[in-house]
Amino acid sequence: MTDQTSAPPSGPRKPAPQPGRTPHFVNREPWDPYVAERLTADQEKYYMAGQWKLMWWRFRRHRPAVVSMIFLALMYFSTAISEWIAPYDLHSRHSAYIFAPPQEVHLFHEGKFLGPFVYGLKTERDPETLQRVYTPDPAKPMPLRFFCSGAAYEFWGMIDATFHFVCPAEGGQFFWLGTDRLGRDLFSRIVYAARISLTIGIIGITLSFALALILGGLAGYYGGWVDNVVQRITEIIKSFPHLPLWLALSAALPVTWSPLVIYFGITIILALLDWPGLGRAVRSKLLSLREEDYAAAAQMMGAKPGRIIGRHLLPGFMSHLIASATLSIPSMILAETALSFLGLGLRPPITSWGVLLNEATDINVVAVNWWLMLPVVPVILVILAYQFMGDGMRDAADPYA
Amino acid sequence: MLKFIVRRVLLMIPTLFIISALVYFIIDLPPGDCVTSQIDELLARGDADAHQRAEELRDLYGLNQPLWQRYFDWVGGIFRWDFGLSCQDTVPVADLIGERMALTLIMESTTIAFIWIVSFVIGVYAATHQYRMGDYVASFIGFVGLSVPNFLLALVLLYVGKVYFGLSIGGLMDPEYIDKPFSWGKFVSVAEHLIIPVIVIGMSGTAGMIRRLRANLLDELQKQYVVTGRAKGLPPLRLLIKYPLRHAINPFVADIGGLLPDVISGSVIVSVVLSLPTTGPMLLGALKTQDVNLAATFLLFVAVLTVIGMLISDLALAALDPRIRFGATSEK
Repeated sequence: MTDQTSAPPSGPRKPAPQPGRTPHFVNREPWDPYVAERLTADQEKYYMAGQWKLMWWRFRRHRPAVVSMIFLALMYFSTAISEWIAPYDLHSRHSAYIFAPPQEVHLFHEGKFLGPFVYGLKTERDPETLQRVYTPDPAKPMPLRFFCSGAAYEFWGMIDATFHFVCPAEGGQFFWLGTDRLGRDLFSRIVYAARISLTIGIIGITLSFALALILGGLAGYYGGWVDNVVQRITEIIKSFPHLPLWLALSAALPVTWSPLVIYFGITIILALLDWPGLGRAVRSKLLSLREEDYAAAAQMMGAKPGRIIGRHLLPGFMSHLIASATLSIPSMILAETALSFLGLGLRPPITSWGVLLNEATDINVVAVNWWLMLPVVPVILVILAYQFMGDGMRDAADPYA
Repeated sequence: MLKFIVRRVLLMIPTLFIISALVYFIIDLPPGDCVTSQIDELLARGDADAHQRAEELRDLYGLNQPLWQRYFDWVGGIFRWDFGLSCQDTVPVADLIGERMALTLIMESTTIAFIWIVSFVIGVYAATHQYRMGDYVASFIGFVGLSVPNFLLALVLLYVGKVYFGLSIGGLMDPEYIDKPFSWGKFVSVAEHLIIPVIVIGMSGTAGMIRRLRANLLDELQKQYVVTGRAKGLPPLRLLIKYPLRHAINPFVADIGGLLPDVISGSVIVSVVLSLPTTGPMLLGALKTQDVNLAATFLLFVAVLTVIGMLISDLALAALDPRIRFGATSEK
């Protein structure tokens, strides 16, 4: 087995090449019978790669999933700097601009490039309905300021600051998505509400994941009556419609609790009804894996159950679990949105997308002030992104398939 | 087979019992009771007898009795079709819920039928026309159906209907039929008003079903017996219906266990949005005012509906699948 690749020796017996025909070629190299088994550098890399690396490669091939992941990463990153993104504070009211419609961002004023700006709003009263009517005032272009100092706020509730990415012109307004019944800027509220809506899914799924691991793990590893009890519980929870139960449970949270405690209460309620799906997956995987030889070997060597489950069995299907957990985050976010929408979920001043949508329950209000329905858009985008990403992760979860 | 049915029915009883007890206790959990809010109103109006009135009301509703006694009174009454008094308007619960339950039942069974028919047709089409235009369209609709929450869809439809078509799609019948006895006209009116709620509620279920049916059928279509059948010259339609479809249809029936809770959940929230005269809005109101008897009755109704639906699906599955019928344990 020599590894040198020298040029084919040119012997005197070599026939002259005939035009139009492939020349007869005989390689004088000693033939290497293992040539098919030798790995190229790429193959070597592939075979030596660890499980997670393989999954990442597989995941990367799923374009929509990668795009969704980037989108979600941006969304989550935005929750860290909501104060900078939102031009206004979550609760600041502009009593002169109640139910103001979204202001269009223009670039050209009377044919002249002015950079991004909005027109000021003229307020009139409709003589018949007595409602306020806002019209853009083309005489007053108000250029937006960028990386500017605007409304004061406390960054993360701690540091006083005034920095924003976008601010309205001095003395002007910038209601990109309009205002609500108290004159609060809807865009700012959507940005701030992302904090609650996005984290509730993560916290909820963490709780439900922990419950699923513990209860599913117990059921799957010990079997017997433990398994029976857990199985019956999961069956009852799974077979019962979740929404009415969620409603009943969240109606049971006392009104006297502070909104923050309610927030955690709601996540716990969501997790309480969500774990059976994951728990079942844990159980059935454990049931099949504990019969494997390596589990028996570990047992005979005297490993304790906790170590066998955590060290030997769990890593075998952790990726599947994470994929299915990701796929159930959207249902958590949706459940919270639905509860808050119905007025039984989070309570102001804690603001989530569902709480914002709660203002859109009255169809007559919505027919006049359609922008109140805009919080629907981020909800749908995030749900879609999670679906795509979860699909990609599920496909990638078994890289050896 | 008979043994199987009897065992299933017997299993239902403890399940319902546990659910009803849990639900009853949960609703009663928060401090205060349904009288509290009424009394606050009286106090605000400056009614001097408010506290005395509160005591009278509590006596009337039996709120001074311990919780377990009220629960057993309520459960005992159920067998006589007496669900206790509703706290809000001092009316027997049984009088409040009759028509609403009937309408809910109609709406939910229509939805299930809708899901089955639509997803069957689209699913089979998508699987047999894989990677063609129709398949992509179906997949896209499926994705939207799965990802757009149904109450948002209801809101958007309500908005579109109101603004662009001048429709009022709230309610389940034209106003002139409300509180009227059953008639052909009322039936037609209800059917017309059912269309939108049924589509909205059934959307996500349909999407899920299409995906599952398509995946199952595709799996089945790749198997060798299908190739053999085709090679031997079986007509395509016959080949499809005779074997692969039968396999693929199995989870269709089995999944009703997962479908039913979704449909019921969806119908609750959608009927709140569309303000339909079904159980949803009343349940919400009862929960908010801690009207324990009313809320618990609705929740029990939901539980009964679910359990019976599960039973039917199990029976249908047993009829379809001999492995289950003859008691072999299967994991799914």
